[in-house]
Amino acid sequence: MRDRTRELAGTLVFPLAGIALIAGIILLGGKSPAHGFTALISGSLGGAFALAETAIRACPLLLAGLGVTIAFRAGVWNIGAEGQIYVGALAVVALAPALGMLPAPLAVPAGLLVAAAAGGVWAWVPAFLRTRRGVQEVISTIMLNFSAIQLVSWCVHGPLKESTGQFPYSNEIPATLMLPRLLPPTRLHLGVVFALAAAAVVWVFLFRTLRGFQLRAVGASPEAALHAGIRTERSIWSAMAISGALAGMAGAVQLMGVSHILFEKFSPGYGYTAIAAALLGGLHPMGVTLSAGLLGALEAGASAMQREAGVSTVIVYLVQGVIILSVAHQAARRRAVTEAIKQRGAQEV
Amino acid sequence: MTGLEEFLSGTLRLSAPLILAALGEIVSQRSGVINISIEGMMLGGAFAGFAAGAATGSAGAGLLAAAAAGAALGCVFAFLCVVRNADQIVAGMGINIAMIGLTGALFRAIFGMESLATAPRLEDYPIPVLSGLPVVGEVFFNQSVLVYVCGALALGIWLFLRSPQGLGLRACGVRPEAADAAGVRVGLTRFAAVVFGGTMAGIAGAYLTLAQTSSFAENMTSGRGFIALAVVIFGRWHPIGAVLAALIFGGANEAQFWFQARGSQAMIAGTHVHIPYQALLALPYVVTLAVLTMFAGSYRGPRALGKPYVRSR
Repeated sequence: MRDRTRELAGTLVFPLAGIALIAGIILLGGKSPAHGFTALISGSLGGAFALAETAIRACPLLLAGLGVTIAFRAGVWNIGAEGQIYVGALAVVALAPALGMLPAPLAVPAGLLVAAAAGGVWAWVPAFLRTRRGVQEVISTIMLNFSAIQLVSWCVHGPLKESTGQFPYSNEIPATLMLPRLLPPTRLHLGVVFALAAAAVVWVFLFRTLRGFQLRAVGASPEAALHAGIRTERSIWSAMAISGALAGMAGAVQLMGVSHILFEKFSPGYGYTAIAAALLGGLHPMGVTLSAGLLGALEAGASAMQREAGVSTVIVYLVQGVIILSVAHQAARRRAVTEAIKQRGAQEV
Repeated sequence: MTGLEEFLSGTLRLSAPLILAALGEIVSQRSGVINISIEGMMLGGAFAGFAAGAATGSAGAGLLAAAAAGAALGCVFAFLCVVRNADQIVAGMGINIAMIGLTGALFRAIFGMESLATAPRLEDYPIPVLSGLPVVGEVFFNQSVLVYVCGALALGIWLFLRSPQGLGLRACGVRPEAADAAGVRVGLTRFAAVVFGGTMAGIAGAYLTLAQTSSFAENMTSGRGFIALAVVIFGRWHPIGAVLAALIFGGANEAQFWFQARGSQAMIAGTHVHIPYQALLALPYVVTLAVLTMFAGSYRGPRALGKPYVRSR
């Protein structure tokens, strides 16, 4: 019984500390925490518009979160989803004049493919550098994030600046490239269906195909996988390429479904939120679907909280960070318990 | 000041936060803990230093607050990764993301949306006599106190790693079970090393707000913590090596300002080439990537780096 209580306390300590911290910050800004939390909930779940906002914010998080999941499962710390989102969207915008000439049923898949290719290549580079040059991907993917953001900044100030040349953003993409709205007048778009389908495909890939099995084997124990004849290097490359492709598509979905133009700060950290989504979802496609929904609700609610209660949206990063820390804490606890059970078992035998 | 003096002095100023963070990270990594959250800890230190400095009007108080914030974050990280054996990369990412939110939200809550608040500057402190030397005096002996601290600490850590205690710490990072058998308290050593690393990261962050800018901006560390990680690798986990590596990164950064100030025109093969400012802003990151690509694989870190140590019963 005491163990159960302690277990529960251990589970709740980080989330509770997080809520207390947020309430404290709202108070410090001279606002009412109750008002803030009400706005958070009504802005994410209260009514069709709020739910549609939650769903469209969950979209890029789900796609990029699936990407992070595949990389982490293969034992590669892809912290680079943010940059891959940027290059994915950039590729679509750069090729938009050509893609726009295709009929709509072809233009949309073509746009997604182009973004996937760009994101995949951008993510493959750190995988290559890790396997061939021993460069830690934690650092290289971050460096590539900053580089991608500057690349997009340069493009929207230079070669891809809108036609009048006045404002630092791209032209609007052609209408054939825009994802159709599902429930007008809400902004809910076809990307939601696409992201859910991607979750199903990733599940099948990870748990029902040989490639998926090999990829997980490499992540679980690279040495054992090597001894089992798995080409670990190739597994890491393909895991990162798929991972980046999914993040690239997240960028495309955001561009083709919501913003329709590319600008600096196009992604408000979706790539980092995707890490929280992947970890909170237990690196499992179904779990990631749920956690992306939850984090999408948090983002939508945070915007409402900023409008209604004047609480900066950066606060969602605090929530995400606390989620990641509690997941790290939980995973370690679970590991410790299984170790203890194993040892006790060994003694009895 | 001549152009050369200006460039070298600027390089040293921009290297200082990297050196401070990297020296702390070396101690942490030598004990076997990879702390990728020095980025978040620097951000925490930058904010704490700024807030305490602005509140008290004293840069020294800001510095103390930054060190305390870094140490506190070090305790959180060490609790998760050394006591609870959590995954070091995941916990590190968690702290990084949480600190963007915490410092950003606190800054807005305390100082308001369009903040013009400033913190007192940590003044430069010319060293008597030595600062009068030609070139060398201006570059090395007319700097912020923290720059001198960098030099002293690099030397101190170098000596420490050679002492019996330092040997014990290094053993924790190479063969924790052997260190344990020899009577070194692995958990305690790693905990202390991480807290030291956090404290240094906090001070490195305060350097940004108290010595460089005297203002705070959301996510203002912008990857310097990760560049410091690269400095540790490039410097081969050696304090003096890290100082030299940091100077290269500082130089690249100073070059970026130098180009920006001169209208980003460069002479390449006799023709004027216009360099977009975004390319200059990306320069430190590209240099980091290039340096790691050239050197990372040939260097080996401590063998038990990143591996939690669980004492077998």
